[in-house]
Amino acid sequence: MSSEKPKVSPEFETSGMNLQETELTLGLPGESRTQKSGTKRGFSETVDLCPGSTSAGKEEQSENEISGTTKPPTAKEQKVGWPPVRAFRKNLMKNCKYVKVAVDGAPYLRKVDLEMYCSYQQLLGALEEMFTCFTIRDVLNERRLMDPLNGVEYVPTYEDKDGDWMLVGDVPWKMFVESCKRLRLMKYSEAIGFAPRTPPKCSSSGC
Amino acid sequence: MAYSFPEEVLEHVFSFINSDKDRNAVSLVCKSWYEIERWCRRRIFVGNCYAVSPRIMIRRFPEVRSVELKGKPHFADFNLVPEDWGGYVYPWIAAMSRAYPWLEEIRLKRMVVTDEALELISKSFRNFKVLVLSTCEGFSTDGLAAIASNCKHLRELDLRESEVDDISGHWLSHFPDTCTSLVSLNIACLVSELSCSVLERLVARSPNLRTLRLNRAVPLEKLPNILRRAPQLVELGTGAYSTELRSDIFSNLAEAFSGCKELKGLSGFWDVVPAYLPAIYSVCAGLTSLNLSYATIQCPDLIKLVSQCHNLQRLWVLDYIEDSGLDALAASCKDLQELRVFPSDPFGAGPNVSLTEQGLVSVSEGCPKLQSVLFFCRQMTNAALVTIARNRPNLIRFRLCIIDAQAPDYLTLQPLDTGFGAIVQNCKELRRLSLSGLLTDRVFEYIGSHGKKLEMLSIAFAGDSDLGLHHVLSGCESLRKLEIRDSPFGDKALLANAAKLETMRSLWMSSCSVSFGACKLLGRKLPGLNVEVIDERGPPDLRPESSPVEKLYIYRTVAGPRFDMPGFVWRMNEDQAWRLS
Repeated sequence: MSSEKPKVSPEFETSGMNLQETELTLGLPGESRTQKSGTKRGFSETVDLCPGSTSAGKEEQSENEISGTTKPPTAKEQKVGWPPVRAFRKNLMKNCKYVKVAVDGAPYLRKVDLEMYCSYQQLLGALEEMFTCFTIRDVLNERRLMDPLNGVEYVPTYEDKDGDWMLVGDVPWKMFVESCKRLRLMKYSEAIGFAPRTPPKCSSSGC
Repeated sequence: MAYSFPEEVLEHVFSFINSDKDRNAVSLVCKSWYEIERWCRRRIFVGNCYAVSPRIMIRRFPEVRSVELKGKPHFADFNLVPEDWGGYVYPWIAAMSRAYPWLEEIRLKRMVVTDEALELISKSFRNFKVLVLSTCEGFSTDGLAAIASNCKHLRELDLRESEVDDISGHWLSHFPDTCTSLVSLNIACLVSELSCSVLERLVARSPNLRTLRLNRAVPLEKLPNILRRAPQLVELGTGAYSTELRSDIFSNLAEAFSGCKELKGLSGFWDVVPAYLPAIYSVCAGLTSLNLSYATIQCPDLIKLVSQCHNLQRLWVLDYIEDSGLDALAASCKDLQELRVFPSDPFGAGPNVSLTEQGLVSVSEGCPKLQSVLFFCRQMTNAALVTIARNRPNLIRFRLCIIDAQAPDYLTLQPLDTGFGAIVQNCKELRRLSLSGLLTDRVFEYIGSHGKKLEMLSIAFAGDSDLGLHHVLSGCESLRKLEIRDSPFGDKALLANAAKLETMRSLWMSSCSVSFGACKLLGRKLPGLNVEVIDERGPPDLRPESSPVEKLYIYRTVAGPRFDMPGFVWRMNEDQAWRLS
């Protein structure tokens, strides 16, 4: 998989959205991004977010702003499984891309619809909501999720069309959506073999 | 001295008795009838695969030819049941492979089916004929290749709405040239491209083919060739219904359709180009079933189509049909029995089409045989529901989904208790009901008082207190399946009606107020039930007894505890000390 650097693409037109949040760059270490607070949303499970709705933009803050509390989204918050439309039907009706999400050490899998998000930040935000014990941390420009209870860090990885396991965030968002078959939040200690920002994939069968 | 018929005579008589209920009744008459009946029962239906074990089934019924199994709870369709919950079919296949060498039919719903299971099926049953996998998952096209290669007498392969790991379309080539027995092939859920020539040859050598549902990848231009090789088709699912606009393609298509004089059912219609719809006009008059629920056809084209289908009995359609389309339906389709209207934009902030309660009222007025309704909409009134109930006392299934959870009557801002109350009161044969909108305990009072034939009830975001649940559990005599989410029902009603649970197939409650303590109590009180708590936060006994569980699934069983529970499911029936982590 190539790791071309994309130009900043205005992936959605929501005003007030700082496009630099969606930009993938070789930024300097320690460049600040959104610091997510620990507060949860009103509804405990928010899996599906409407693309193009302004709620999608609520996760994004301006680059230098630390979010204090999560603002209530303006669009309707989605409840899991409501309205009761089967995933099969959703998948066939519009562009829907459900992928399974596994977390090392967690007992269960979830599914997310990648088409519901427009950026990596949104996706990670949704993962954070789903696996409510995590917070997003950015370390050395790699997005990681951390379980504050035990300090274990997780690196989001995905299996692409070729069956290779890659770091999430290496390719432009749309390319990622197209090629991602499933997600795995891998314990950081196991992900050491991943070279960030380079094409070669993790070849270990343990992935 | 009692005279009795010789066994052979009784067996012959029993062979005319096919319904499970009647068979069960026969088996209870006396011991000898029980014995004779169990040896000649050929068809088994297991509504909950954990209610009984393969061993028990095989021990009692040694000569079975057809098995139907259902696995996960219904709410699994809406992502409420975590992955790896269960519903594995392999143990059943393994047991049956040894015990039922003459098994012919397997029908599965919401089960996890692996390629190993499919391979085992294909190799174990020499006379295997029918495989129906409805909303199943866990297998790939490799498993299908095994079925195609090895089942020499295959008649039906129906993958309806299963989630298949679609590696490639090559599996279709595994049907040998000698396979000419196909009657039904439904591969609509597959994504990969298939070789059209392989498909055509398969169709051409299957003179008994009655049902063919293609997948989206089969291009419209290829459809005429397929139809020409199967003019005897009764049910057709098209692939994508779009291609460049060309009159030669159109006339080819129209001619091919007109050659299918037996066609009664149509489905498919992905990516419709409206200009090609008239190609099916010649078959409309004969259609009894039309599934347009993936077709993004707008109202005017829908009206043109539907107005020609005077014999339509079943229509599945998107809400693009709007009220005016439903008016046309009510005027043209007097034989309509089943209507399902699906939302085109379920997660949008507001209505995108002009579909209201009025459309449903029209259909209830115009279609005297209407008995089964599934309707997604954005607004409803008590008045409309009362009118519908008055018009259609013959309703058997009524599933209403108002997309805004807890939406009131939009004119009066009242709860919709009265409306649904009218439904249960007037529709005395109602067997299935799904509620939505703003509802208080009052609606459950109505349901408990009047819903005497109600077998399945789905509740979401409704009710005020335990009284609501109590009304249902104490009043609905025929209740078999109850599924509830996000409603303030808790311990009192459940514990007061614990015995009721043994008369039902299953109860699902998620995001309600049932405490861990109550679950334990239920589990201990009722050994005939499996009381399973699904909690993704970790072991429930790390939290206070009064703390509500996330999800609860209770079902009756003669098989005891299941041994395939994943780490997030806890059984409440006994001391958990023995449970390995």
